[in-house]
Amino acid sequence: MIRRLLPLATAALFALALPLLVSRPDAQNTAILMLMTAQLGVAWNILGGYAGQVSLGHAAFFGCGGYVSTFLFLQHGVSPWLGMIAGALAAAALSLVVGWPCFRLRGHYFAMATIAVGEIVQALVTNWEALGGAVGLSLPVTESGWRGMVFNQSKLPYYYLALGLLALSLLVNHGVARSYLGYYFRAIKDEPDAARSLGIGLTRYKLAAIALSSALTAAGGTLYAQKELFIDPGSVLATGLSIKISLAAILGGVGTLFGPVVGAVVLTAIEEASRRWFGGSGRGTDLVVYGLLIVGIAVFRPEGIAGLVRRARSRAGAAA
Amino acid sequence: MSAPLLEVRDLTKRFGGLLANDSVSFSLEAGEILGLIGPNGAGKTTLFNSVAGFFAPTSGSILLDGTQVAGLAPERMAARGVARTFQIVRIFRSMTVLENAMVGAMLRSKARSAAESAAREVLAFAGLAARAGDPASILTVAEQKRLEIARALAAGPRLLLLDETMAGLTPGEVQEAVGLVRRIRARGITCVIIEHVMEGVMPLVDRLLVLENGRKIADGAPAAVAADPAVISAYLGEDVDAAGP
Repeated sequence: MIRRLLPLATAALFALALPLLVSRPDAQNTAILMLMTAQLGVAWNILGGYAGQVSLGHAAFFGCGGYVSTFLFLQHGVSPWLGMIAGALAAAALSLVVGWPCFRLRGHYFAMATIAVGEIVQALVTNWEALGGAVGLSLPVTESGWRGMVFNQSKLPYYYLALGLLALSLLVNHGVARSYLGYYFRAIKDEPDAARSLGIGLTRYKLAAIALSSALTAAGGTLYAQKELFIDPGSVLATGLSIKISLAAILGGVGTLFGPVVGAVVLTAIEEASRRWFGGSGRGTDLVVYGLLIVGIAVFRPEGIAGLVRRARSRAGAAA
Repeated sequence: MSAPLLEVRDLTKRFGGLLANDSVSFSLEAGEILGLIGPNGAGKTTLFNSVAGFFAPTSGSILLDGTQVAGLAPERMAARGVARTFQIVRIFRSMTVLENAMVGAMLRSKARSAAESAAREVLAFAGLAARAGDPASILTVAEQKRLEIARALAAGPRLLLLDETMAGLTPGEVQEAVGLVRRIRARGITCVIIEHVMEGVMPLVDRLLVLENGRKIADGAPAAVAADPAVISAYLGEDVDAAGP
């Protein structure tokens, strides 16, 4: 127990103290991006990792969170905290509507259908005047503070918000993995027919997985909107974002609790480095990196970084 | 008089031009062990799939305790107490042996601790207690087949459908499997077994049902069925001279 909790406590302490050690705003921003990507990877992992239903349309849920909270604030003055909950519920509802038909498809066909869903949602919002269309929505730079979830002076509070949301997502993930839901999700992923023969209704539990996953993803979308104070279809609904979310989990190791966190840190570091090296001329290099990573994972390490760690551990165990 | 546990009436299943089951009827009393045999392609697994809910029959009825269940989804059939194993084992390979059995037990109790104790009980029953913590993927074929049975038992069935659980086993392992099925019946669970391994089937079953080309050609005590000319010709082919012009 202590052997398991000690690394966790160390990591938590490190994450809490990191902003005190790193004061450069750009470095802090990178750390925030890492946490936000990690949170999205953890959320994606419930559906894609545990239940094995690879979604390449999660930007739709991310955008749903951002748009619902921003719209509610602009039109009705609703607090972003409530907006975050509303966005999560809206994304869960949306996920049930799209999941119902898409879950009739298995494997690659499901993944392809989710790409279509993501593209359709992006096209809809781009042409939706009330949501700002292609121009997007801007949040006013109002008074800074926790109540409005807006901070002008320092980005630091966003760091702790992202950390808190990541912790919440990890807790949910952990709870799901330990409950019968986690067992059922894995059973569906391993052998769907055997799962059915044991009383597990596939559509029902896949819908449970996508609802949980999309609600957490949407919460990340609200946080993004509050941090950037601006959202448009290109930034929160793009298929590239969907791929990035799934890649964080796949790179780190699907179906493991901390795999997506590791994957997100590595992915964000590579992305930021390439941005710095290539500067403005390097637009799109991150996409090249994604592509190379996908090929690399597929060829060398389908279990991701977590699989690498597990292998090293069992080797160390065998040597001892 | 109470209804039989399972009653299949005029069950027909057609796949396009292929008639996989052609008005098959039989009934099964609680506590029986029924053997389902026949040459390859006779429609045995199709019949299982219909009873377990994986196929909706083209026509005919399936009554469980006198209630019509034909066309219900497998997960609904599982909830009504029908469990099965698969011809090609389908254990959950990413899980441990214990976790496999726990998934079955969760049909009756969603709480982890209750599912775990139920799972440990069936693993001990199936002789897999020592393997509980191992990844299911490293089990031998015989152990994987027993794990599938344990997992199905964990779901608390009244009717257990065993699809070729003895295929590919050594003679010693076949005897163990025979003993296991007997002990399952002693738990009060009715069994239907599809089997090609005759030395496993003959001493085990109360009754044999023979399918050929989707049609039932015999149904009765094992010894009588084995002596039935129709069954012998199904297995050995008709005498060429007798069939000639």
